Order: sequence, then structure tokens, then C-alpha cells
Amino acid sequence: MTTEALTRPAEAARPPAAGPRRRRPWGQAASQIFLIASCVLWLLPIAFALYVAVRPYSDTRKYGYVSMPHHLTFKNFSDAWTQSDMLHFFWNSVLITVPAVIIVLALASGVAFVLSKIDVKFNIALLILFTAGNLLPQQVIITPLYRMYLKISLPHFVSDSGLMYNSIFGLIAINVAFQLGFCVFVLSNYMRAVPDEMYEAALVDGASLWTRFWRLTLPLCRPALAALATLLTTWIYNDFFWAITLMSSGDKRPVTSALANLQGQFVSNQNMIAAAALIAAVPTLVVYICLQKQFIAGLSLGSSKG
Amino acid sequence: MTDTSAADTTAAAQAGADTAPAPRRRRGVRRLTVRDRVVVALLLGIPLLLDLAFVWFPAIGTVLLSFTKWNGVGGLHSQTCKPNVPSILNNGCWYGVQNYHQAATIYPEFWPAVRHNLIWLAVFVLIATPLGMLFAVVIDRGIRGSRMYQSILFLPVMLSLALVGIIWEFMYSQNFGLINTVIGRNGNDNAIDWLGNPHLNLWAVLVEATWRQAGYVMVLYLAGLKAVDPTLREAATMDGANAWQTFWRVVFPVMKPINIVVMVVTVIESLRAFDLVYITNKGINGLELLSVLVTSNIVGETQRVGFGSALGVVLLVISLVPISVFLYQTFRREEAP
Repeated sequence: MTTEALTRPAEAARPPAAGPRRRRPWGQAASQIFLIASCVLWLLPIAFALYVAVRPYSDTRKYGYVSMPHHLTFKNFSDAWTQSDMLHFFWNSVLITVPAVIIVLALASGVAFVLSKIDVKFNIALLILFTAGNLLPQQVIITPLYRMYLKISLPHFVSDSGLMYNSIFGLIAINVAFQLGFCVFVLSNYMRAVPDEMYEAALVDGASLWTRFWRLTLPLCRPALAALATLLTTWIYNDFFWAITLMSSGDKRPVTSALANLQGQFVSNQNMIAAAALIAAVPTLVVYICLQKQFIAGLSLGSSKG
Repeated sequence: MTDTSAADTTAAAQAGADTAPAPRRRRGVRRLTVRDRVVVALLLGIPLLLDLAFVWFPAIGTVLLSFTKWNGVGGLHSQTCKPNVPSILNNGCWYGVQNYHQAATIYPEFWPAVRHNLIWLAVFVLIATPLGMLFAVVIDRGIRGSRMYQSILFLPVMLSLALVGIIWEFMYSQNFGLINTVIGRNGNDNAIDWLGNPHLNLWAVLVEATWRQAGYVMVLYLAGLKAVDPTLREAATMDGANAWQTFWRVVFPVMKPINIVVMVVTVIESLRAFDLVYITNKGINGLELLSVLVTSNIVGETQRVGFGSALGVVLLVISLVPISVFLYQTFRREEAP
């Protein structure tokens, strides 16, 4: 399914710049065999779920999942789509993910700019505060957070529950707050690499702080912002824990956590669960095919200290 | 506690921002115009408030609540809980370390959960991480098709853990699943219940977790390997080192920053582990984890806020170890002028 996108870069795999490393042919062959075997194992579960999803329930009921196909059909996909109201859950995911990603990046780039380019005396302490916040396991903060969400009232045009709890607004807030640390860390490393001379020049021209941030720094950070946006979209879309704990009712949950309900709903038709799960994977697979480089760049930015 | 002191310095940082002395390398706040200072305050203040309110305030709250007995109804007060009184009268009171004591002595799920978390960590350290590193090293040798291999091995990282759990259920299915069919154990009397048997299901779920984690570790190490100065390898080869020696004696030590990141990711991910077991059976019957116990004590029917918090503190204390190591390694050089 992804071969077109994947084979293209394969040709670009040149020998590394390390110079002519002598390689024994059997080493090459062993590596190839090892990787091919691993890749088969890695693709197998996904391929198998796909195979289950394209076969009617009556078929697999009779012959088992491991059998020759008697019928192949996309009916499970269309049934799963209509019977579970998946469009609704996808829309919830969009309503949470899109604002959250935009807000995180906007806030984090502001903090990163201040912490990396202006001396507010406690730059490092603040950076540590943000970074450490992202490293905590979610379960460390969930108990008080849950109580907080039950206590904080919101106007009804923001949340029809009238509370932070069980509202899309509340879910955006925690996703933003929790991902903020990682983005601040990555972006401040990235911004530190911008030479100070550029800011001296801008100062001579009388540029205000906002101009230096908005006109000078942010355009230079476009690659990092693109990589982070890809990473965050996937992470927030894939979030399961916050939605399970901070939302009581199924109908407001985003699609990833709604899968838990679908499992109960389709318990008598496993093939449809496979189809529903694969439908829910489509957005991340699109990111995977189109933006894999950005995603990996984001991970690498986070792991390599600038 | 790291978190409290960090929060304190933050408050001080805001107060001190206006009176910052002469700048060193960066521009100090002093030299900014009023308008610029307002911009700095907004750029820094709003996210800081958000981070403090939704991350650090609850983190400190967990520690404080862990010393109370509270079912979430009614208020909290500072009186000590009275012994030998029905628990309905002992609500919102100061409980000392009783929650920790109960967790360690009479709460049947606690020690199994700790053991499962430790097994999870051990599998990540001993299997997932070396496997990911091996993938990275082999792919980094630039053999034909390496990009394709990398993409395939990386695919599970893109999928949510909830999805991973569902996808694997078809592999493990008792009568129809691929594994049981292949090994001929899919009859009604001899089928292996991979996800239901409490002696097996943790290992079955760990296969799923490793399947995803190895790709993650691989990507991190690939970035690390690319950053290694090629002349180091050349020099090692010149000196007569073989590939094995070159990797362990030269390349691996140079990748120390990545090793630490991988170590942090490994420990934190094993503490955070939740989604997979929750989607499989809601984390019961052999799949208890600390994260599941925290959650079930606060969103379940019987709300034991204080007790759930105490379990959360256990997670916090363990997670502070890798977090501190990472922060020390990362920010050590910057503290020094």
C-alpha cells in the first residue's frame, strides 16, 4: 500500500560518507536476510488485520481467519463507517487536534524565543520546568487534574456539560499544556542556533521585539515548526489516555478512544472491528506516507541536543 | 522535591524579570522598551501559567492528596483521620502515610502491578532497545533498500497504542488467530488463550509493545549514528578494530546523548504504559499496571482520591530518576558560564 512512496528513496541509499568501508559479501547477505525477515514480521499483524477486514463475517466464521478468501468485500468498511457514526468521531478528533497543534506551536515558539534570545535571568530554570513537565507520566497528574476538571465551570457555549470535564475545550487544554514542554525544548534549541549578529542588525534597524520574533525568528524556524506540527498532529490524534479519563461520554470522544467503545458495540462481528480500526488509522497512515521525513525529523530534533 | 523548588524559582523568575541586572551575552530585559517588556511578559507568561496550572499544580496536588483520605465528595480539611470510625465519617481528612502503608500491605493489586511494570521495563531494556539499536546499526550500513526497511520497521510507531492492541487481537485470537492456527492449537480443547490467561497475557502484550517500541528506538539511534563523525570510524578501522569493536568502543560511547534519551524514553514509556492493557482487558487479570491502578481509583465507581494519588506518587518518584539524569545531562553545560 505504501510501496510507491517507499521505493523512491530506496534508490537514494548511497554508501555513507565514511569512505570505502570494506564489506564482506556474506555480511551484506546476512543483513538483508535479517531485515527482510524483520520487515515481514513487522508487516504481518497489519496485513492480517487488513485481510480479516476485507472478508465477510460469515466467511471467517466458517473457515477461520487463516483460510483462502471465498469473498472479498469492502462492506465491513462501509458498515463500520455508517453504523458507528465514525464521521462524528473523526470530526471530534479534528476539533481537538487542529486547535491544539496550532496553539501549542504558537505558545511554544513564543516561550522558546524569550528563553533562548532574551535574558530573563532564570532562562535555564524555566526551560527545565517546561521540559520536565512533558516527561512526567500522565498518571502522575491525572488525579488532581480530574478533580480540577470537575470543579472548573465553563460557559455553556464553550462546553455543553458546563464543566472542563467532558468538554472538547478541556481536552485541548491538557493536550496543549502537556505537549508544550517538548516543543519549547526543541524550539529553543533550534532558535539558539540563530546567530546573535542577525538580531544586532535588526536592532540597529530599530526592529521591535515582536518584529524580531515574528518577522525574523519564526520564518527561520519553519523546518522545525513543520516537523513539530507533524509529530504533534500524530501524537494528539493518537491520544487515548486523556480522552478516556477526562471524558465520560462516548459521543464527545475523539476517534482513537472511541475505538474502545466500538469494540464493545461490534463484539459479535470482529471483522467490522478490524475495518473500523483500519479506518481510524487512515489519518496517521496519510501522515506516514506523505510526511514521514518531517515526523522523523521531529523525533530527531527532540533527541539531539542542538 | 524537584517540582516544588522548580515552581518556586519560576515565581521568583517572574518577579526578578523586571529587575534583571546587566545582560551578559543575551539582551537583558532592562534594555527593552516598555512595549517590548509587555511582549516578553505575554510570550512567557501565558504558556507558563498554562504549564503551571495544568501540569505542575496537579503534580504537586498528587503529592499532597496522597496524604489524605478522600472520596471526592465534600471538602478537604486538615484534621487527622480518626481511627476506628466508619470511613464515611473519615472523609477529606489528613491520613499521614496510611495510603502508602495500605498499598504496600493490604492492596492485592499493588505488588503484581509493580512486578508487571518492572517486567515491562526489563523487556524494553533487554529486548526492545537492543532490537531497535540493531535495526539502526544494520540499516545505517547503507545496504540496498535500507530506506524501505526503515519505513516498514517504523510503521507501528505511527499507529496509536489503542490501534496496536486491536490489530494484534486478530493474531492472538483463540480459535481463528494466526498464531494458534499456525502452531495447531486452535481447537476448542487445546486453544491457547494468549490474552486471557493471566500467566501469558503480559508477555503477549509485551510482544505488541516491543513491536512498536523497537521502531521508535531505531529512529532515535539512526539520528544518533548519522551524527557520529565518520573520521572516528576510519581511525578505528586504521587501528585494526573490527566492526564489533568499532561500534562498542568508539561509536557507542560517542552517542552518549542519544543513549540517555533512549534510556529516558524507555523508562518513561514503561511507566506510562496504559493504552495497550486498557484496550485488551481494561488492565485486570494479569495485566495490572501502576498506571491502571491510579486510573481505576479515581474514575472508577469507588473513588479513593488519596489512595490513587499515593500510587501516582510512586510513579512520580520512579520517573524522577530518569528525568533528573536527562535534565542534568542536557543542561549541565549551560549552567556553567
